[in-house]
Amino acid sequence: MRTARLRVRRGSAGDPAVHYDEFAVPFDDGATVLDGLIWLRTHRDPSLTIRYSCINANVCKECTIAIDGSVAYACMTPLSAERVMTLDPLPGKPHLRDLVSETRPPREKLE
Amino acid sequence: MTHLDTDILIVGAGGAGMYAALAAVRNGAERVLLVDKSLVGRGGATVMAQMTVAAALAAESPDDPELHLADTLAAGRGLCDETLAAALCEDAPARIREMAEWRVGWACRDDGRIAQVIAPGHSRPRCCYVDFLNTGPAVAATLRRQVGRIATIRRVSNLAVTDLVTADGEAAGAVALDLAAGEPVTIAAKATVIAAGGLTRIYRRSSASANMGGDGYALALAAGAELVDMEFVQFFPIGHLAPRLVGMDPIMWDPFRYKLGGRLLNGAGNEFLAAYGSDEAGAYTTPRDLATYAITKEVEAGRGSPHGGVYLSFEHVPRAALDAAFGPVILRLARHGIDLARAPVEVSPIAHYHMGGVRIDERMASRVPGLFAAGEAAGGANGANRLSGNAIPEALVFGERAGRFAAIHAGRRSAAAWPQGAGAEAVAQIRRLADGRDGVASPAARLDELRGLMQAEVGPFRHAAGLERALTRLRAMRAELPDLAIVAGRACNPSLADWFELRAGLIAAEAVTAAALARRESRGAHQREDFPETDRAWGRGRVVRMARDGTISAGLER
Repeated sequence: MRTARLRVRRGSAGDPAVHYDEFAVPFDDGATVLDGLIWLRTHRDPSLTIRYSCINANVCKECTIAIDGSVAYACMTPLSAERVMTLDPLPGKPHLRDLVSETRPPREKLE
Repeated sequence: MTHLDTDILIVGAGGAGMYAALAAVRNGAERVLLVDKSLVGRGGATVMAQMTVAAALAAESPDDPELHLADTLAAGRGLCDETLAAALCEDAPARIREMAEWRVGWACRDDGRIAQVIAPGHSRPRCCYVDFLNTGPAVAATLRRQVGRIATIRRVSNLAVTDLVTADGEAAGAVALDLAAGEPVTIAAKATVIAAGGLTRIYRRSSASANMGGDGYALALAAGAELVDMEFVQFFPIGHLAPRLVGMDPIMWDPFRYKLGGRLLNGAGNEFLAAYGSDEAGAYTTPRDLATYAITKEVEAGRGSPHGGVYLSFEHVPRAALDAAFGPVILRLARHGIDLARAPVEVSPIAHYHMGGVRIDERMASRVPGLFAAGEAAGGANGANRLSGNAIPEALVFGERAGRFAAIHAGRRSAAAWPQGAGAEAVAQIRRLADGRDGVASPAARLDELRGLMQAEVGPFRHAAGLERALTRLRAMRAELPDLAIVAGRACNPSLADWFELRAGLIAAEAVTAAALARRESRGAHQREDFPETDRAWGRGRVVRMARDGTISAGLER
């Protein structure tokens, strides 16, 4: 078991300042950023907000975020013990909360 | 507060829900509301399917829905609802051909016929597919496109239905949580279709996506409908366990074993299947239930692999043979650091599909007037064990039927009956939770405990003591729901969604466990160590009901 460090964007679009929380996540080889985020929600902070659906298969494409500034699937990116990884919501989309941005097709919203 | 009014409310937008929406419009519904707690057409189980879709198209060799039915009934170990199984087999060819017209892209032979391959349990080549391992995504994308063309189908993503509303014993609509805003929404509907999928996510080891948490069963039960065959959870014996591998279906090792054999080894590196009465001698001949039993027993005896499964080894297979059989997949595995020629992988039984579900008739109608169910949420067609390839046709066929009969039902009602104050308690519940509170534990932590408990005590092999332990703990966890900690806040508050997922998951889990305790025999996917034989006297479905005080009980079919 090794330890990854994740620096995670927190808060909502209207917040006055951009804010990050840093977490330590124990992991086995091959574990992904999504695995780490789900572990954090279960064991450290149930308010951490992420979007995902298929978990394993990389078919839903819902967990797309920015990892160290590059757009990537959280479910396909391995955790690393070598460096702190910085996680941000998908750029270019309205930010909702933490790592979730507005990715719903416009016609699938309630408003 | 947002209030929506519709003819047909469809809860869940996977294969069954999207087909139901199309069929409802085709049969006269003027307004359809298709909602999903994930994204429409992207969550759920349909999109996860890699391979086979069974239908008696007779494209490859003579076939008939009657023959498909015979195979379905044999797989179901005497417990299928024959009317539902017959509906599945009779309608499947029409649904598959309609999907072809909508250009799903079924794999075809050179002369244009749809290709059909043989799959376990089928008497002839009957299973079509979309290359390469792309059946589910293609089916979902095709239905999404069709649904998107119809203006009278309103789609709403990230809307989680929390409670169904009944008026004078009839389905009247629902209360839902708008996950983005954290606000309650009320929905009046002349008919409601539950197409919210199964419950495999309540197990630690599963092939499930996030929204297979049992919501549909909990909604139906609380609205007064009955569930049937809830004890039958299909476990796939050699699901991928370790090393961590994403971007592939966890049941991917099945085709490997068909083509290359492979050896199952315990933690000490020794073959063990022979000790349980199966001598494979290099071929993949061990039945699934025996493999599941042998693996479970090796792990219990302390002879498991490091992650609590066993090893599947292809180390004796020449590298050239591996490459010839699965070249592109071998390359993908290499990117995950997996070299099958040099090291084994770890596998374990994983929850894959749930046979049980809402008790319905051939119109997909539950006993609550106006409440219908389709897809994995519906129970009965598959009995004690599902035939491979029957899940996608079940979604399409039952979805079409549910949409059609829901539209007919709605057409007979002049207006949606939404009584004054309907759903008020469910609305108040959402608002109370959003205020936040301190508590003994988070719903996310309890969900984790639920998965561990179901895996340990209500897995493929059960006995009375374990089932009773599980039932006691599940009931305690349900009683504790009001005391859990909720993070305050409305917009995108995952704590709210977790609480409702937990509430539904606990109800679904209790339904499975109570039914498993009541069935004192072994049959298909339900294996009792204390009652290892199949008993003809138990050849009928168990029905699960919820009393007004919330008590869940499993009894005989009436």
